[in-house]
Amino acid sequence: MDDVRFAGASSPAVAEITASEVFVVELAEFSGPLDLLLSLIRDEQIDIYDIPIARIAEQFLARISTLKLDEAADYLEMAARLVRIKAQTLLPRREGEDVWDDPRAELVRRLLEYQQVREVVDVLERRSEDRRGRFARAYTQQALQLPVAGPLKISLPELLSAVDRVLRLARKPHIHDVIPRALDVDGAIGIVRALLAIRAHAHWKDVVPKRAEPWEVLSLLLALLELAKLGELRLLQPRPFAAFEINRDSPSEAA
Amino acid sequence: MTPLAKLLEAALFASAVPVPAEALRLMAAHADDGESTLESALAELRDHYDNGGHGVELIEVAGGWQILTRPEYTEAIERVQLAARPQRLSAAALETLAIIAYRQPIGRAEIEEIRGVGAGAILKSLNERGLIDITGRGEGLGRPLLYGTTPSFLEQFALRHLEELPRADELAIALRAPRQATPTSVAATKDNGEAPPRAD
Repeated sequence: MDDVRFAGASSPAVAEITASEVFVVELAEFSGPLDLLLSLIRDEQIDIYDIPIARIAEQFLARISTLKLDEAADYLEMAARLVRIKAQTLLPRREGEDVWDDPRAELVRRLLEYQQVREVVDVLERRSEDRRGRFARAYTQQALQLPVAGPLKISLPELLSAVDRVLRLARKPHIHDVIPRALDVDGAIGIVRALLAIRAHAHWKDVVPKRAEPWEVLSLLLALLELAKLGELRLLQPRPFAAFEINRDSPSEAA
Repeated sequence: MTPLAKLLEAALFASAVPVPAEALRLMAAHADDGESTLESALAELRDHYDNGGHGVELIEVAGGWQILTRPEYTEAIERVQLAARPQRLSAAALETLAIIAYRQPIGRAEIEEIRGVGAGAILKSLNERGLIDITGRGEGLGRPLLYGTTPSFLEQFALRHLEELPRADELAIALRAPRQATPTSVAATKDNGEAPPRAD
């Protein structure tokens, strides 16, 4: 019984060791230490209930060193277990002790359990091979999550108010309006002519009203250029960026 | 074919996955085909495929029904790359899956104890393939995640339900009674351990 309790107590530690998984060893040949052990037992045609533990332990160690598995924790743990069982079988039995707890019992239990897993794996393998040989209708990924549309339950006023809400929402992104405004060059020409009718000289400041809109400024500029082209005035800018002066040109000279 | 059989054929064709029996039953109830029941219509459809010379057949799987191509055409279909067979699972993955199938819900530590190897990476990939899922948390230290198989597992292993796996009493006692695994169970195993699992 001692042996069993010990093995039971050690299993959480085993889980911890394997959980850390320093590296994963996956061989096509063996899926784990129990698999390797079972294959040794099969190769040697050994009775699983009477395992010659010394022989198997030696062979196990030899195999993991040739397979370069002797650094894999899972295999090392099994090797250690085998050596411990071997040591236990060598201990002299107490006299008068009829019932002897076989130290191999726990290992046998695990091997049997594992063998059953292998049997189930055979079944699963056959079944999956069968299924792999058939195709279902292929699944098209498009139009994947269309909501299920039932018949609409909605009254006309509800529908209209919904439309209204949508329209109001739609108008919201309008942040500012851009009103296209044509330049009034003719009007500006009139202003400049009227001014020059009174005065022979004028400055830019005189024709442009205070706080003029951009379109007014542009209209006046074009009007001045137009009148200069027609020969009704001369424009003079004394230096760069200075306000220009407007001088009336006599019609006789222009002609 | 009866109207119900045709309706079921259409429904099974429309679905890319097995159609649950309940869904078919619901359809049959609505179809109101006085002559045929769901069972008779399914049998009719299966016979229709089997006897009429069809490239597909009707299969019962994962608690439902599905139309699948016949195995003799698999290679030809694969050759022109219309469909590809899914990858085989490794022995380690199959072992892990077998343990989960029989002992679910089961935690990682228990799986690792049975296999004697770390299972983290395998659990992750089985989960990614949709074969297992986390079904809850155990009572033990750290409340470990518990795993179970999914309907997709049944589908990919052509099982109608979990009970179709070799019955528990056909396996060694170790897999039948997870908690009471004691040395006495080894003796019990010895008696019926020779019984091979049902091979179907």
